[in-house]
Amino acid sequence: MIELNYPFSKEAVRRLKVGDMVLITGKLFTGRDAVHKYLHEGNKSPVDLKNQIIYHCGPVVMKDKKGHYTVTAAGPTTSIREEPYQWEVIRDHGIVGVIGKGGMGQKTLDACKEYGCVYFHAVGGAAQVLAERITNVNGVYLEELGSPEAIWDLSVDKFPVVVTMDSHGNSLHKDVEAQSKENLKAYL
Amino acid sequence: MVKKTKKKVVKKPVKKKLSPDLQAVETLVELIRVTSTIIPNDVDRAIRKAQGEEVENTTASYAMNIMCDNIELAKNKSQPLCQDTGTVIFYIYHPPGFHQTPFIKLIHKAVIASTKKGYLRQNSVNSLTGENEGTNVGAGHPSIHFVEHASKTLEVKLMLKGGGCENVSAQYTLPDTTLSAGRDLDGARKVILDAVMKAQGKGCGPGVLGVCIGGDRADSSAHAKKQLFRKMGERSKIKELAAMEKEIVETCNKLGIGPMGFGGKTTIMECLIDHRNRVPASFIVSISYMCWAFRRQGAVIDTKTFALKKWLY
Ligand code: SF4
Repeated sequence: MIELNYPFSKEAVRRLKVGDMVLITGKLFTGRDAVHKYLHEGNKSPVDLKNQIIYHCGPVVMKDKKGHYTVTAAGPTTSIREEPYQWEVIRDHGIVGVIGKGGMGQKTLDACKEYGCVYFHAVGGAAQVLAERITNVNGVYLEELGSPEAIWDLSVDKFPVVVTMDSHGNSLHKDVEAQSKENLKAYL
Repeated sequence: MVKKTKKKVVKKPVKKKLSPDLQAVETLVELIRVTSTIIPNDVDRAIRKAQGEEVENTTASYAMNIMCDNIELAKNKSQPLCQDTGTVIFYIYHPPGFHQTPFIKLIHKAVIASTKKGYLRQNSVNSLTGENEGTNVGAGHPSIHFVEHASKTLEVKLMLKGGGCENVSAQYTLPDTTLSAGRDLDGARKVILDAVMKAQGKGCGPGVLGVCIGGDRADSSAHAKKQLFRKMGERSKIKELAAMEKEIVETCNKLGIGPMGFGGKTTIMECLIDHRNRVPASFIVSISYMCWAFRRQGAVIDTKTFALKKWLY
């Protein structure tokens, strides 16, 4: 088990490789379809994303009477929908990590290599385990996009993920797919 | 040491008897809560088995451990296993003479109440406008099917089917030349394996397959999904299909896709197949993929009071 602690850096993520099981402690920013489209359209990010990690997640957030937020469910959403935009966000905003599920494509893999970023896979469906590791909601940006689509600034403690695409051009998704295709041939 | 205190004699509050309508809503909300937050026993056993089979300290076993922790947490906190609480699908088996229309209204009420309580996420979107009314009630949703049966009981079955696994569900027409799949059982076997290969980890595996061989496109899809109401391990009564169910699971688990597509031993936990007649010119095979967060439950309900009598899974 590898621990990745805030503040994150390109050097730290460059050391990670495919298959590493990582516990992230520090900070994550959620961002899914609407945020990626927003940034792609050339809008300025309301937060400085340099050396930060983006989490593909539409959390369920409850607000109590005092205006205090808690996250009650926070599993990853399918990442491939951001494939057209992700490379650009990596290039222009300097993020060093993306968390999601299902993996991403060649464009993102290339950007990870070129600019120093990794793709972390969280366990899909594990909404409760992952929500438990979120220790605080520090703020919310672009709330006008709707709660699940907003950028939530979250503190996390030992958030469990697996590196499935590293900054050296390796992708577990590519490897597993190729291997399983090969294995299947014997049964067709 | 636990101190022994004298048990206080508390007068049990007399539970006011609810009107049948209110009771029906209460029972249905409980069915939705249990379905959304507790994995059924038969699925739980299959997940624990898969957990035991993965090699320790691998990403596959890491993923399985997180799933098992999630099952415990969701149950203890009475919160949804997965934040995608899915398409809400009801199958209602009722005796002759049962009034369907009023019951639909009660289901709608229960779905709205369950959404307010957070057992269901605001998860139903208008396909034309993208609008989410936040109630989970809209065109075609929840999906409700009535079946008349000879028994005097009322049985309500519920499945919550998430988007990720629905997206990797598939339909094929035989023959499929790219897979050299002919118009026979072996052809069906090949396309099922192809669907699992194409799904990789995107359906949040290890998954469960519901399969229908034959039928028209619409009925074939629905019938494939309906197989997921069968209990894990419930083999088809047709010898050839029973053998195929076992073979598909064995073969899938040799592909090396594994939990979440991380690579590993268990790709598919179960395969449940049935068949439908077809027209000579058409041979459809449908595969409904269910994620590990397999949420389905059923309740036997009193036909007069609508009180919950017993769980089905
Ligand atoms: S496929 Fe299932 S476990 Fe995965 S996100 Fe969707 S509902 Fe949740």
